[in-house]
Amino acid sequence: MSHPTLAQKFVDNKPRAQWHDKALWFVREKRDRMAASVPEWEDLRSHASAIKIHTMSQLPTYLEKFEANAKTLGVHVHWAADGDEHNRIVHEILKKHDVKKVVKSKSMLTEECHLNPFLEKNGYEVVDTDLGERIVQLREETPSHIVLPAIHIRKEEVGECFHEHLGTEKGVSDPKYLTEAARGHLRERFCTADAGITGVNFAIAETGGFVVCTNEGNADLGVSLPKLHIACMGIEKLIPRASDLAVFLRLLARSATGQPITTYSSHFHGPREGSELHMILVDNGRSGILAKPEFRRSLGCIRCGACMNTCPVYRRSGGHSYESTVPGPIGSILTPLQTPEKHASLPFACTLCGSCTDVCPVKIDLHHQLLAMRGFLDRKKLLGMSKKLSMKFLSGLLSSTWMFTTAGTAARTALRWMPRFAVYNPLNGWGKQRELPEPPMQSFRDQYAEHKKNSRGPS
Amino acid sequence: MKVALFIPCYVDQFYPQVGMATVKLLEHFGVEHEFPKAQTCCGQPMANSGCMPEAKPLAMKYVDVFKGYDYIVAPSGSCVSMVRNHYETFFTDEDKAANDVRNRTYELSEFLVNVLNVREIKGRFASNVGIHQSCHGLRELRLGPSSEVMKTRPSMMTDLLAGLEGISFSKLQRTDECCGFGGTFAVAEEAVSCMMGEDRVNDHLSAGTEVLTAGDMSCLMHLEGIIRRQKHNIRVMHFAEILAEALETPVAV
Repeated sequence: MSHPTLAQKFVDNKPRAQWHDKALWFVREKRDRMAASVPEWEDLRSHASAIKIHTMSQLPTYLEKFEANAKTLGVHVHWAADGDEHNRIVHEILKKHDVKKVVKSKSMLTEECHLNPFLEKNGYEVVDTDLGERIVQLREETPSHIVLPAIHIRKEEVGECFHEHLGTEKGVSDPKYLTEAARGHLRERFCTADAGITGVNFAIAETGGFVVCTNEGNADLGVSLPKLHIACMGIEKLIPRASDLAVFLRLLARSATGQPITTYSSHFHGPREGSELHMILVDNGRSGILAKPEFRRSLGCIRCGACMNTCPVYRRSGGHSYESTVPGPIGSILTPLQTPEKHASLPFACTLCGSCTDVCPVKIDLHHQLLAMRGFLDRKKLLGMSKKLSMKFLSGLLSSTWMFTTAGTAARTALRWMPRFAVYNPLNGWGKQRELPEPPMQSFRDQYAEHKKNSRGPS
Repeated sequence: MKVALFIPCYVDQFYPQVGMATVKLLEHFGVEHEFPKAQTCCGQPMANSGCMPEAKPLAMKYVDVFKGYDYIVAPSGSCVSMVRNHYETFFTDEDKAANDVRNRTYELSEFLVNVLNVREIKGRFASNVGIHQSCHGLRELRLGPSSEVMKTRPSMMTDLLAGLEGISFSKLQRTDECCGFGGTFAVAEEAVSCMMGEDRVNDHLSAGTEVLTAGDMSCLMHLEGIIRRQKHNIRVMHFAEILAEALETPVAV
């Protein structure tokens, strides 16, 4: 289904859409307060942007450097061309270690590869340990936001879900009570897991180490007990030096949730004694994006979600209306580059307001890339016949001054004479909830001509 | 100073009063103006739909129609942003003549403030005015401060209005959220578009806005459409209309 269809459904439940909008605007406001408290905020953004552009320009070199340094630390480094290969590699590693139960901290990359259904099909028990992700997992849904996976779910609904799956009291939705129940439930999973899978927020080429940021400490718990840690990352998550973390760690949480920093920023430098650390570096279309000058800056994304929080369309349509692992502005660039036919409506789920570009911590020119995506889809002939034909018609009409003025006069005259039911009917998309402008008797150019004549008139 | 009026296509046909208000303002400041009659449209509807080949003839027509003027002034941030920022798709650095026309294209408030150096306009407009910061003017032309960016910037439209006697500005919950028009978005994503517009209108209603204003008639067309359908008591005016009306209203004292 297209974004407009799913968005309509979301908006149809107006109270819910308003609640969702307010919840995410609140996060945007927290981000603003944090950004305002850092005098060098705009400089930090410029630095981050420059570091990412530089890294992408030398990506192969930095990746090889990272691999060499990681291997020196004792990390097993694997490369996956796409999601399927990634999943196979995870499966091989788990099989080799006789794993039955896996705990997983939040990794949008593994969502992108559809790892969970793959593992479950192959007989593994997979538990998502981020609270939001656990909630959507129990409800058999996908996350609707890359940082706040369950933002679309109200606490009453969480209460119902936990009553069904965790045995909490029926009808209770107190967040503290529900969180405590989840904590106990997840603690049991942590203690019995055979392997922990995490994502990667930043991998450092210089050291071969990587950083995972969580508020719940679920990444640490997930990999501290089992003897096997698999860390999955998209190849664009690389930064050159450890000192670059000073820029990114200051920007990430402030942009994402309006916190100065996440509760835990865990640095991993090789396996713990007696355990194994595997990393899977995944391409899955990223090098294809790198090859496109118009869109390569979107690889700078650090998956903070700020663009989603600020997007007035995302807030009022919800992440699921994008049918994309990563929704919102950044997702509407990355996903259609991969699957243009399925996701052709996404770059148009946007008014080009530019707010996303102004909040992006790495200064990706998101709204310009969304506009460029529309041209990309046109060149692939994916705009749809009716849109293309009407644009061709409009272009022809507007290229001729007399055709334009004639059409304008005709439209104004028609609107003045047509009865209301002829103007406002299901064919008139504009008129469903809005009045059309009042048609004036004269156009500006006619009034201007008169004005000029009168000012030259008798003195 | 040879100034050409660049009047957005839909303003020419549906909001002539905005064009006439612009004329009034320019004449107040002694600016001689012309309206090159061959003009039609900057091509934004096509370009924003991704139809670059269909937008190109209009870009070519624009630079041809407006060549030879010192300044080209439009009461529209989005059309000016199209010409200054997005025509680069159609012209290379070598197209010096075309790029010269682009660089001479100004939105009305930036023309008044940056070229004519207007700091104050003497007139009376005793109403509570709600400012809508149109997105293209705000984030493409930087005509004002955007709430996302940690950098202060004057709001040219607000500064021009602030000097009017009797005027007050309503305090909004969200100072620069998009109205939801977005061109073809207004129809293609009608549900979200109207919810966005309704939210803006409700913000203004709560803030006691009597007159809703902006620098782009596209936003105002959408918001006014909602206001009139819901029968709210808010007058919708382009800021040029406010200034023109204020100039005709003598200051008390």
